Amino acid sequence: MGSAVIRAVDGVTIRIDSGEFVALLGASGSGKSSLLNLIAGLDSPSSGQVISGGKDLARLSRAELAQYRRHAVGMVFQSFNLIPSMTVIENVELPLRFAEVERSKRNQLATNALTRVGLSGRLTHRPIELSGGEQQRVALARALVNQPSILLADEPTGNLDSHTGTAVMELIRELNVSSGMTVVLVTHEQVIAEKYAARMISLADGKVISDHRNPKTLVRGEA
Amino acid sequence: MKLYDSVELAAHNLRESVLRNSLTTIGIAVGVASLVAMLSLGIGLQRMASRRLKTSGLFDTVVVTSRRDLRSFNRDQEINGPAPAESPELDESARSKIRNIPGVVEAYPDLRFITELSYADKPHLTMVAGLAYSSKEGDSFEGMQGRFFSSDDAREAIIQKSFAAELLGKPPAHGPDETPVSVLAQPLLGKQIVMRYNERTNSGGGQESAAFSVISRQLPLTIVGVTDLDPDSMRGAARAHLFLPEKLLENIHAMQAYDFRDTTRATSTEPVYGTLIARVSGAGKVDPVEQAVKKLGFNTFSILDATKSLRRFFAILDLFLGIFGSLALTVASIGIINTLVMAILERRREIGIMKAIGASDEDVRGLFFAEAGAMGLLGGILGVVLGWLIGRAIDFGTNIYLSRQGFSPEHIWTVPWSLVLFALVFASLVSLLSGLYPASRAAKLDPVQALRYE
Repeated sequence: MGSAVIRAVDGVTIRIDSGEFVALLGASGSGKSSLLNLIAGLDSPSSGQVISGGKDLARLSRAELAQYRRHAVGMVFQSFNLIPSMTVIENVELPLRFAEVERSKRNQLATNALTRVGLSGRLTHRPIELSGGEQQRVALARALVNQPSILLADEPTGNLDSHTGTAVMELIRELNVSSGMTVVLVTHEQVIAEKYAARMISLADGKVISDHRNPKTLVRGEA
Repeated sequence: MKLYDSVELAAHNLRESVLRNSLTTIGIAVGVASLVAMLSLGIGLQRMASRRLKTSGLFDTVVVTSRRDLRSFNRDQEINGPAPAESPELDESARSKIRNIPGVVEAYPDLRFITELSYADKPHLTMVAGLAYSSKEGDSFEGMQGRFFSSDDAREAIIQKSFAAELLGKPPAHGPDETPVSVLAQPLLGKQIVMRYNERTNSGGGQESAAFSVISRQLPLTIVGVTDLDPDSMRGAARAHLFLPEKLLENIHAMQAYDFRDTTRATSTEPVYGTLIARVSGAGKVDPVEQAVKKLGFNTFSILDATKSLRRFFAILDLFLGIFGSLALTVASIGIINTLVMAILERRREIGIMKAIGASDEDVRGLFFAEAGAMGLLGGILGVVLGWLIGRAIDFGTNIYLSRQGFSPEHIWTVPWSLVLFALVFASLVSLLSGLYPASRAAKLDPVQALRYE
């Protein structure tokens, strides 16, 4: 009887620097997604601190957390999470609505973001009319339309074939390199992590079991 | 999120499940329609009743009598004020004083007496009364056949239809067997009727004595109108069935019943009136005029006191009609709650996505609130139109029934602009109130759990 307390993330202390490309690796249930949700400000820790941009997310109010999600982070999910009833451009404009960006500016910013992911010709399509890779690119455009400093990607290639998965990952790398956007990638695929991330953190049962630089990729600035 | 964006997104969401939201909106519309229908029926009935009373001339009339004739309309007037013997007489000077009170349009004596009239060589006995020329304005003569007096002292008569029936030798009947006034008027209009009366003439007298003589005379009159309604109904048993222009009746100095009483007291040779009628400019003037007349030392009576209970009756009627109308709206508001709670379940994941990309609790709450408000406003507008149509239909049906029964058409249905505005505001408010719970439930949704929901 009673409920057992499960600690999804337990005693983890990591520091991610601005502009880093970090992969969180681990099996299903290892706590990598929970860690990502903590960084995203979607979840609050029962104890401890999550400091992002100098602010302790654990101490922020719900409204302040919403503001943090609006401006500081962009999120990409395994299942794309586009709103099916809205067109591509409406989906990308949605974060700008919450950020109370002027109507005239909104359209321009959304179009720019979609051009950046190579979808300028699909503005008025519905998500269901697009391929998986295209949908994920729309989600990526939505994540970066508010120009956040952190991109959080939760298994972004999980629902894609290897070819389109690679294309999406290339885009993410490009954002990291050209804009200096910090990327935290959650994946269970060692290959992808090794190919793109500069640093790999492995989790198991909510604890960090390894945290090391990726010898296969060159960290930006070390070239 | 800006209000405009909330409304736009809400409209988008409402369009997405158009069938369910339309049904909910129609539910509200039916609720509002029943409320509008009930309240406008109440307002319509009230207006109809007060219009009837207002145009009957009872609302702008103050009846003035002297205390000297020991008649009074209530105990209060008997106890207060001067003793009868010390109170003034209702003579020509009192008449001009009353006429000069602000708000009084005219003051004329109430002249009436029972006399014999001969029509087609047959005598008939009835009460005859003077009728002020200004009575033409009201609709006491609605449905009258013929016309009103051509002038204030024309030798013309208007007769009430029961007297018309008597003149034609038809038995009095009521209800559906009653002969229509147009049939009664046909043979009578333009015919002559001869009135017998006693003229009072002053015959000498001097400082110490007053005397008058009574001369029997005849006056031929032309029947110009036969009235359906009873313009003199306020008089009860003393109501007249034949009316002459008031000036004409004054000029012929017809003997009044109270003239004999005056002779016994004999204070002057001037005529003294038993009752004066003061016509005031509006119902609002009745009370101040009554007070002013009382200060002059006379007794007064008006119908206004009697209508207080009528107005209370309509207030209670409106309240109950409003409660029944609101019941339907309550059912409709439960429909809104249901629709929105279902929408939360369905759009759980969507709410999670919105929160993940930066929507605050307020944004989500505002969105659901806007959806509830939009359904309410739309339902309100539809409901007012529907209620108005129902009203028109019932009005139409009632008038068909009324005309079959031989009555003139009535507007028992009135939808004033204030009721339209009230219905719209009320529908929106009720809807927003219904949206309160679903909106706060949606706002409190945990984004992590919502995103996991498939």
